[in-house]
Amino acid sequence: MYSEKVMDHFSNPRNVGEIENASGVGEVGNAKCGDIMKIYLDIENDIIKDVKFKTFGCGAAIATSSMATEMIKGKSISEALEITNKAVVEALDGLPPAKIHCSVLAEEAVKAAILDYYTQNGIEAPELSGCNGCCSGCDCHHE
Amino acid sequence: MSEKIYVDNAATTRLKPEVLEAMMPYLTEEYGNPSSIYSLSNKPKIAIENARSQVAKAIGADEKEVVFVSCATEADNWAVKGIAHAYKNKGNHIISTKIEHHAILHTLQSLEKEGFEVTYLDVDENGLVSVEDFKNAITDNTILATVIFVNNEIGTIQPIKEIGEIAKEKGIIFHTDSVQAIGHTPVDVKEMNIDMLSISAHKFYGPKGVGAMYVRKGIRIFPYMDGGAQENRKRAGTENVAGIVGLGKAIEMATENLDETMTKLSKLRDKLIERVLNEIPHVRLNGDREKRVCHNANFSFRFIEGEALLLSLDLKGILASSGSACTSGSLDPSHVLLAIGLPHEIAHGSLRVSFGDFNKEEDVDYIVENLKEIVARLRAMSPLYEAYERNGK
Ligand SMILES: Cc1ncc(COP(=O)(O)O)c(C=O)c1O
Repeated sequence: MYSEKVMDHFSNPRNVGEIENASGVGEVGNAKCGDIMKIYLDIENDIIKDVKFKTFGCGAAIATSSMATEMIKGKSISEALEITNKAVVEALDGLPPAKIHCSVLAEEAVKAAILDYYTQNGIEAPELSGCNGCCSGCDCHHE
Repeated sequence: MSEKIYVDNAATTRLKPEVLEAMMPYLTEEYGNPSSIYSLSNKPKIAIENARSQVAKAIGADEKEVVFVSCATEADNWAVKGIAHAYKNKGNHIISTKIEHHAILHTLQSLEKEGFEVTYLDVDENGLVSVEDFKNAITDNTILATVIFVNNEIGTIQPIKEIGEIAKEKGIIFHTDSVQAIGHTPVDVKEMNIDMLSISAHKFYGPKGVGAMYVRKGIRIFPYMDGGAQENRKRAGTENVAGIVGLGKAIEMATENLDETMTKLSKLRDKLIERVLNEIPHVRLNGDREKRVCHNANFSFRFIEGEALLLSLDLKGILASSGSACTSGSLDPSHVLLAIGLPHEIAHGSLRVSFGDFNKEEDVDYIVENLKEIVARLRAMSPLYEAYERNGK
């Protein structure tokens, strides 16, 4: 059911952990729905120097968190903001249709962490609106 | 570990070699249609009747009271819809529970759309129905009660005999889905006041795609399918001869060896429950500890999600099951786990281990050792666990 890439990122997830005094932390999803992602960013001069994540969720949730963190590591904030859930899915060689929401959650978690960084630093960030990532509560219809 | 450890016997079981052997002739040279009159059909015809008496003997029924069907889902549909339609002039009320299998639950929901009224009895936190609640739910319009004998997820054994007794007193037809009970706990339709029950061969080392329904003599039930005169005009369609023979052989073996099976499997179950509860923190057992079928253990591990747990176990060669939303194909965790009052986030982290005849005691140790590692690993990456550790919540 899952691709080899998904299974690889599920069984050997990259960037698991926390960052003390992170520049930005984003948490999306909720326990009721069965998935929560929390992403920690260490940002220096607009560059994501380090990223860590913690995820409560299914195999796809863990794999997409791992992949998303890999994809934004070392990137500038604007580059990171351009990474879509679709790109994460492609990088994982696809996800079953019922699991696409996990990739959405990963995208939202990255955005939430960047938003937190903006807020902490008094930077205005108008176009980052919030999907709470909850599968049943969400009516933003990502594919 | 090259051999897989299969502990999902509540989902299905592996065919026993003796069962396959009994079936083989009817998949090969004994291919005659049992309804035909030439000699080629003699053996298949006799084989079906032999299987019927094996089933009847296993549940304490008469041969005439046993009908073969394609699966327990068919038996459940037929029993519930059949009785509802046959007795609708008497009333429109049905009593059931919140922890039925979907084969019953969705059947009842479809009857509700037709105008029938259904009371779904609550269960307590251990997954047990109260006989008192059952009594109180009865109205003048109650025509049918259907209560799952052994729950397929949490393994609880309901007070079937007591419920049956009340139903009998009140003239209510009593059906039970006994799919998980057969071969795992004693079932006797006469002693337990059961009017109808559903059986599925693949849950006790028989083949998939064949089942049986018991209908007590004197109960009116319409044929579910129109067609030929098979099964005494009750169930049309050319018989699945090999499947029926396999069901007969499997139920005979399952009931002859019942004591042995119960002793062996409950030992595995108890060892697993004891070790998991003692050696892994933040875990609970779902379903009553005592009124529990011999082969089932169901746990909730806090802070982690069931599908991730199953995948990790699979990577270690352990095949089990979960009631999490991610494995149920819907957004909600299992209705059974919610019915015993588990909050969603704890229901998501559930694991069902169901033992079978092919399991060994070493399997339990292997499962526990791996579970400990996997649960610790998943918790180490869980933000819920992080929050718990931080707040000491
Ligand atoms: C309690 C219960 N009822 C009914 C069924 C359906 O049985 P079958 O697969 O024969 O349709 C199952 C099996 O999943 C079950 O566990």
